[in-house]
Amino acid sequence: MRRLRRLFLAPGAVLLVLTLVAPLAIVCVYSLMTRGAYGGVERPFTLENYTRFWDPLYGAILWRSCWIAAVATALCLVLAFPLALFIARSGSRKNLYLSLVILPFWTSFLIRTYAWMFLLRDTGLINTVLQAVGVIHEPLPMLYNNGAVILGLVYGFLPFMVLPLYATLERMDPSLAEASADLGARPLQTLWRVTLPLCAPGIRAGSILVFVPCLGTYLTSDLLGGSKTILIGNLVQNQFTSARDWPFGAAASLALMAVAMVLLLAARRQGEEML
Amino acid sequence: MAGDAILELRGVSKRFGSHAAVTGLNLGVERGEFFSLLGPSGCGKTTTLRMIAGFETPDEGEIRLNGSRIEALPPYRRSVNTVFQNYALFPHLTVRGNVEFGLRRMGRTGVDAQVRMVLDQVQLADKASRMPSELSGGERQRVALARALALEPDVLLLDEPLSALDPQLRKQVRTELKDLQKRVGVTFLFITHDQEEALSISDRIAVMNRGAVEQVGTPEEVYRRPKTRFVASFLGAMNWIGGVGLRPEALRISREVDARSRRGVVAGSVFLGSMVHVEMRLENGETCTAQIPHDAAMFRTGESVHVCWNEADELRLPE
Repeated sequence: MRRLRRLFLAPGAVLLVLTLVAPLAIVCVYSLMTRGAYGGVERPFTLENYTRFWDPLYGAILWRSCWIAAVATALCLVLAFPLALFIARSGSRKNLYLSLVILPFWTSFLIRTYAWMFLLRDTGLINTVLQAVGVIHEPLPMLYNNGAVILGLVYGFLPFMVLPLYATLERMDPSLAEASADLGARPLQTLWRVTLPLCAPGIRAGSILVFVPCLGTYLTSDLLGGSKTILIGNLVQNQFTSARDWPFGAAASLALMAVAMVLLLAARRQGEEML
Repeated sequence: MAGDAILELRGVSKRFGSHAAVTGLNLGVERGEFFSLLGPSGCGKTTTLRMIAGFETPDEGEIRLNGSRIEALPPYRRSVNTVFQNYALFPHLTVRGNVEFGLRRMGRTGVDAQVRMVLDQVQLADKASRMPSELSGGERQRVALARALALEPDVLLLDEPLSALDPQLRKQVRTELKDLQKRVGVTFLFITHDQEEALSISDRIAVMNRGAVEQVGTPEEVYRRPKTRFVASFLGAMNWIGGVGLRPEALRISREVDARSRRGVVAGSVFLGSMVHVEMRLENGETCTAQIPHDAAMFRTGESVHVCWNEADELRLPE
């Protein structure tokens, strides 16, 4: 039995070691070394890559990454909850609606983000139409700002919030909402006092699924945020490409991981307290 | 209908698609009584309860509570409360949180005192801080009762509240429920498919079949003087001898011919402690079961006997 278990676990373990543990170890080592003249890393070992984070410039980037991810997560939650509730209560059409939620995944995220650029830019569809109708005379600056990045993130990660919320709402015993109404609660009170608290596991799961990738995003911020909205993901990317500072890029990606881990642990602890 | 009806249903109908769940139902429940709706599953008793609670709206007919029509009101505006079949306790709230839920939503004053009182009534005062998941099945049932009684409803609706309990506990809780109802004086409308439960607990019973009430009466009336074959058969074992209904306990077995008797052969017997059920095959091919005291004369399987009864016990019912 024991041996059989090991046998079955082995492929997964090998994959994890090769693709997660080993690269992570390499990143850890890189983050403690000195940058090479043309990329790469050299000795001596140093902690300097980490002390550079005290520079307000990088602190601001980290802070901006956090609040943009937080706002995107909150917006996803506000948009996804009514949608998930609607789907969970639509009986036999549930599956149709669920597949509509997942439908965007059939197209590459990159292409969908480019589509937003075509919609939002100065000569894009929205500005052209508004100008043609005469509502505005100058194009609205809709692209290359924080708002565009948040829009892109909310659009891209909404399904990751809808699905766990749907899963908890769908499992919820409908007689609980009936009991609430029976005891005198109006629909909004039932939503606030019964449905939302019971949905907490789904809210937590969805928030983690949205917040963590938003925190590390670089594609959305690169395409929709332009040079003004640099997030920690872009910082990491830059260090490994144009800046050729691998050790600092490694340190930055580890800092990103640390922030994500701390927030995850905090969310989990709060979840345990609620249970 | 008596003048003191607290709850009245007149001509209530409800369809779900092509299925008629309730058809032209009439019912009157009097103030302070323990009233049971008894019927097999699918007879429309749960739909009836859900229409009274406000979870379903009738297609036709009216529902009056204290004389005012309520059939169009949402559940939160009706002075009835429900004990759900699965209790539907809020899992994220303590026992106290569950019981005070309604009082807080309705903006009542003296919440703490009221919560203490109803928890005392169901002997759960010491469990107020527990979560529902930490309670036994019987305790959860009592929390559900306390939660519904806390608002002092005009009518308390109970949807098979004993069906989730194990059989031993059921009989005990049945007595407790009856005692509680007498103590608090609230009108109970109790839904069940268990005839023994209904007979033992109710002041009056309405027997339902196929979406309508077939008979209303005290337990003794509906058992002894059923008006239809369905009521007769549903409320206990029934023999049909030549189209006449006879309860097993109305039959005697004798070796002699009697004024009202049939000749038959003993097909088998089941010993039930104080009673014996003797099955017989009659000459015309009909079978019947007699319930006789265990110390009555013994009859062997295959023995030729006479099944006898008194005219007073005959039930002549329309098909």
